[in-house]
Amino acid sequence: MSPLAKLLEAALFAASRPLTLDELATLDPEAGEAGAGAALQELRAVYAAGDHGVDLVQIAGGWQFLTKPEYAEAIERAQFALRPRRLSPAALETLAIIAYRQPVGRIEVDEIRGVDSGAVIDKLVERGLIEVTSRGEGLGRPLLYATTPQFLEILGLQSTDELPRLDELSVALRPPAPAEPE
Amino acid sequence: MTTLPPTTQVSHPGGGFIVELEQFSGPLDLLLHLIREDQLDITDLPIARIADQFLAVINELGLNQAADYLEMAARLLRIKAQMLLPRRLGDDEWEDPRSELVRRLLEYRQIRELVDWLARAAAGRAERFGRGYDAPGPDLPPAPLAIGLNDLLAAAERVIALIPEPTLHRVVPRPLDVEGATARIEALLAARAEFGWRDVVGEHPDVVEVLSAFIALLELAKRGALKIAQPEPFAPMAIRREPPREAA
Repeated sequence: MSPLAKLLEAALFAASRPLTLDELATLDPEAGEAGAGAALQELRAVYAAGDHGVDLVQIAGGWQFLTKPEYAEAIERAQFALRPRRLSPAALETLAIIAYRQPVGRIEVDEIRGVDSGAVIDKLVERGLIEVTSRGEGLGRPLLYATTPQFLEILGLQSTDELPRLDELSVALRPPAPAEPE
Repeated sequence: MTTLPPTTQVSHPGGGFIVELEQFSGPLDLLLHLIREDQLDITDLPIARIADQFLAVINELGLNQAADYLEMAARLLRIKAQMLLPRRLGDDEWEDPRSELVRRLLEYRQIRELVDWLARAAAGRAERFGRGYDAPGPDLPPAPLAIGLNDLLAAAERVIALIPEPTLHRVVPRPLDVEGATARIEALLAARAEFGWRDVVGEHPDVVEVLSAFIALLELAKRGALKIAQPEPFAPMAIRREPPREAA
């Protein structure tokens, strides 16, 4: 590996969050973004080809070393790390609505879900999965929420573009298929 | 509007029936459940039947106290009534009173499908650990309390009342009377050249008297006013007057 690829490897190892190419490029200003990009490709090739317990994963717009899924069970059994708790259906519903309608206010989330969502929204803000990005027009200038990079991280997504397109869903807003699969 | 936290339990006034609201995340979810169960056509809802079923279920589950469910029940009944109104033949203006509900149901069903997708994505990501990963704590801290001072004090009093009486040994202040014992010994010294421990403390001394007398003895011995001798182990102490050096 080139010295820069090794430097990138060290930086990605040290970081506890995904690092973007822009961030990686600051490691060696002389190499610039092109140099960092080339070194990153080199590193990717090493990890894609080699026998490693970790993968170099593109996530939330950056790059991060993550353990391979097949080791999760053993790692958790030994209590070196714990898998995160699942989000509740209410939290996932709220996240789904915000992800597709962002920026969106609480009233709209309430209307779609048919229940008050204030408490759920507060919890999601607390967990850093959504944040207030602006204020809407109209009465009281309601707070508008949008998803955060943390949201992409817990889903393992690069960007919200990877979410399924609405017209790809089986229940897109068109005459539905009668029996919905469970 | 009523918030329906996932773990809230609603008890039925009738028979102590308890239901976890978690099984439905809201009235739309319940409606979809009913529609799916009977394999009904969502775009041509038999509204009278659905309304009756909805009412029956929320009664049975004790959800009829939750505002969100009640609001939906009222909406269903209104649509049911509107469907019964006569309409003129060839009336192009007629709008199906169900259309708004159907739109919402379809929209909500779409969200439920997204929820499944998100849950799968999150479950997949959860199989991979990153560096320095911090597992989230078991529960988020509760929302800040909104409580008045009086309530807080009343609550504190209730808690304090529950605290069991601590099993402490009471320490009674019983100061040693070293001065008194010193005076007594000095009086003995003045009267007799030699005397025993019993002469100092008497026949049945208590602990405080013994300690006071002993400290006084040691102090006087240090000052050189007397000498303490014990011919053999556990023998009675013999206390002898010393030639007073600083008594004057």
